[in-house]
Amino acid sequence: MEIVLVGLNHRTAPVEVRERVSFNADQARRAADQLRARGLLEETLVLSTCNRSELYGVPPEASHESAPGLSSFLSEFHSVRPELLSAALYHHYDRAAVRHLFRVSAGLDSLLLGEAEILGQVREAYRFAHELGATGPVLNRLFQGALEVGKRVRTETELGTRPMSVAAAGVKLAERIFGKLAERTALVLGAGAISEQVVSTLRDRSIAHLFVMNRSRESAEALAQQFGATVVEWGQWDAALRKADVIVSSVSSTEPVLLRRVLEAAMSARGNRALFLMDLGLPRNIEAAAADLYNVYIYNIDDLTGIVQQNRQARESEVPRAEAIVEDHVSKFLSWQASVELVGLVEALRSRLREERAAFLSARLSALQHLSIADQERMHALIDELLERLLVEPAERLRGERQLRRKIQNVEALRDLFLPDREKS
Amino acid sequence: MPHAFLFLTVLAYSLSLASYLRFLYTGRELAGRLGTALLFLGLVAHYFALWERSRGLHTVPYHDLYGSMSLFGWLLALTYLVLEFYHRQRSVGPFVVAFILAFFLASHLAPAGRMAPTPARGPVFAFHVTLSILAYAAFALSFVLSLIFLLENRLLRHRKVGDVVWRLPPLELLERMSQSSVLIGLISIAIGTVLGFIWVDRLTGQYWYYDPKYVITLLVLLLYAVYLGLARSAAWRGPRASRFCIFNFFVVVLSFTVVNFFLSHSHRYF
Repeated sequence: MEIVLVGLNHRTAPVEVRERVSFNADQARRAADQLRARGLLEETLVLSTCNRSELYGVPPEASHESAPGLSSFLSEFHSVRPELLSAALYHHYDRAAVRHLFRVSAGLDSLLLGEAEILGQVREAYRFAHELGATGPVLNRLFQGALEVGKRVRTETELGTRPMSVAAAGVKLAERIFGKLAERTALVLGAGAISEQVVSTLRDRSIAHLFVMNRSRESAEALAQQFGATVVEWGQWDAALRKADVIVSSVSSTEPVLLRRVLEAAMSARGNRALFLMDLGLPRNIEAAAADLYNVYIYNIDDLTGIVQQNRQARESEVPRAEAIVEDHVSKFLSWQASVELVGLVEALRSRLREERAAFLSARLSALQHLSIADQERMHALIDELLERLLVEPAERLRGERQLRRKIQNVEALRDLFLPDREKS
Repeated sequence: MPHAFLFLTVLAYSLSLASYLRFLYTGRELAGRLGTALLFLGLVAHYFALWERSRGLHTVPYHDLYGSMSLFGWLLALTYLVLEFYHRQRSVGPFVVAFILAFFLASHLAPAGRMAPTPARGPVFAFHVTLSILAYAAFALSFVLSLIFLLENRLLRHRKVGDVVWRLPPLELLERMSQSSVLIGLISIAIGTVLGFIWVDRLTGQYWYYDPKYVITLLVLLLYAVYLGLARSAAWRGPRASRFCIFNFFVVVLSFTVVNFFLSHSHRYF
């Protein structure tokens, strides 16, 4: 077998090293070109995110000695001293490399366990390399497998579903009440860092309308501009509270900003439609007594932090299940590697030949009228035997092919030449 | 085997309940789908169990209390499956299937008495009964949904967000599901009642002779119509409407029990 991986990540290298070895799109393209031009790799793919830089490849010769060459390529390409890199770099071959990639795309190797972005980054890296023509049959299959693992882990385990930040937890809670937020309105009080986080999460959850209210209009406008929100003048509670279904407040103020009576008036103006409030201010921004208002749900920073703690534990308990999915796909990939779907191909070819034989004979049946039924059947059997002999020998040779890339290329060539109208499996 | 369908039904419903519970606690999508599939299997087996029972006793399912209860359970399963497909939400499954299973067990495991063969009463009567029981099943479903709403609402209001809250449907969806269920109930009880009057008319030649069942059915109809209106009103939307929906179901139960057993002349078991 012949898959090699060389790379570093947040666990093996500090940010000072990671930033020097990271690839932008242009660098990734150049690296892929150079690696192939120098004959180091036949297929390559660069996966570079803020937490990792990894080089996946298929070397021309099946050997377990391609990693040192790739390490020196990396230090040369990025002009980093080899001593500095060698401590940070890890390398894996074949099964270990496959498992590593699958764990990465499952989010098991991430700084924040189960985070969702990595799957998108793997998809993007694959798309980029694929369009570049840098990948081939082996890496294509490998990365399709990786995307599948990521998707399965996210649908079948809860590794990625539980919110892990205060902002995400608050927004998810709002969804417990309203369902999808696509037709809802949110009002954000304050324009600090935490407000920005919440606004960004709300936008991700495709909230319909966003209003920002801040004592300083300037920072409100900056935030509004960044996320396509509307600024509301500070203190215009009536209009703003009537529309909003979700209110997020993180204003630094010694007194509560939202008083019970203001909220009570707002609730009657909005016909008691449910109102969800996230109070992220310290001291609290919402008068505590407002919690008993009908159809009002108030969560403060401690409530949300508690939920995040709970979720962290729940996530960790999901790891074994995610690992099991990874292992499942690793062995699937390896058995694919071993067989490269030869069986299916031979079957398809055989049935193709049978069809040809049947069509061929039936077209000429009129000339064979003088033969008895038994003779005709004997002739069918003889022709089938000949066809089988023609088929079996190349199939055996194909099966014996030791170089995976060549094997796949031959399989695909056979498919293209003999089964052009059939879908590739 | 004489009771093959009976056992198959119990088995399918129990496994469905287990799968739905597993889905609720672990969030595994596969377990949820399995729950749905098993519920569907149970529905089919239940149908044949009903059929087998009716043939064995030479009667229609709604001729006796146990039969009506079983039919009620079957229609509850049917209504729930329709709602599950329509709203694409299966986390209330365990609550509903528990009900269905209870009704099935109570009706089929109880000894069925010997009964006189039922007189043939024609399709109008059959539809009258089936639609009425369907309506009650739909009302029962809205009752369960409202209970879940109140439970979840309570947890969310008191900020007790545990594992279960993340898997229950959003409050808003529970409200909508309950309302669609009530709507199904209202339509079928309205049609069912009209058919009942038509049947009585054919039988006796007059539309009205007093039966307390008419009054309570009218009351049920009215109460649920009021619920649908209130659920969208400012003062009642949210938990209040759900409490009202729960109250309404107690009236249905009253109609099913006290009125049927002690007051009504023509309605014994539905």
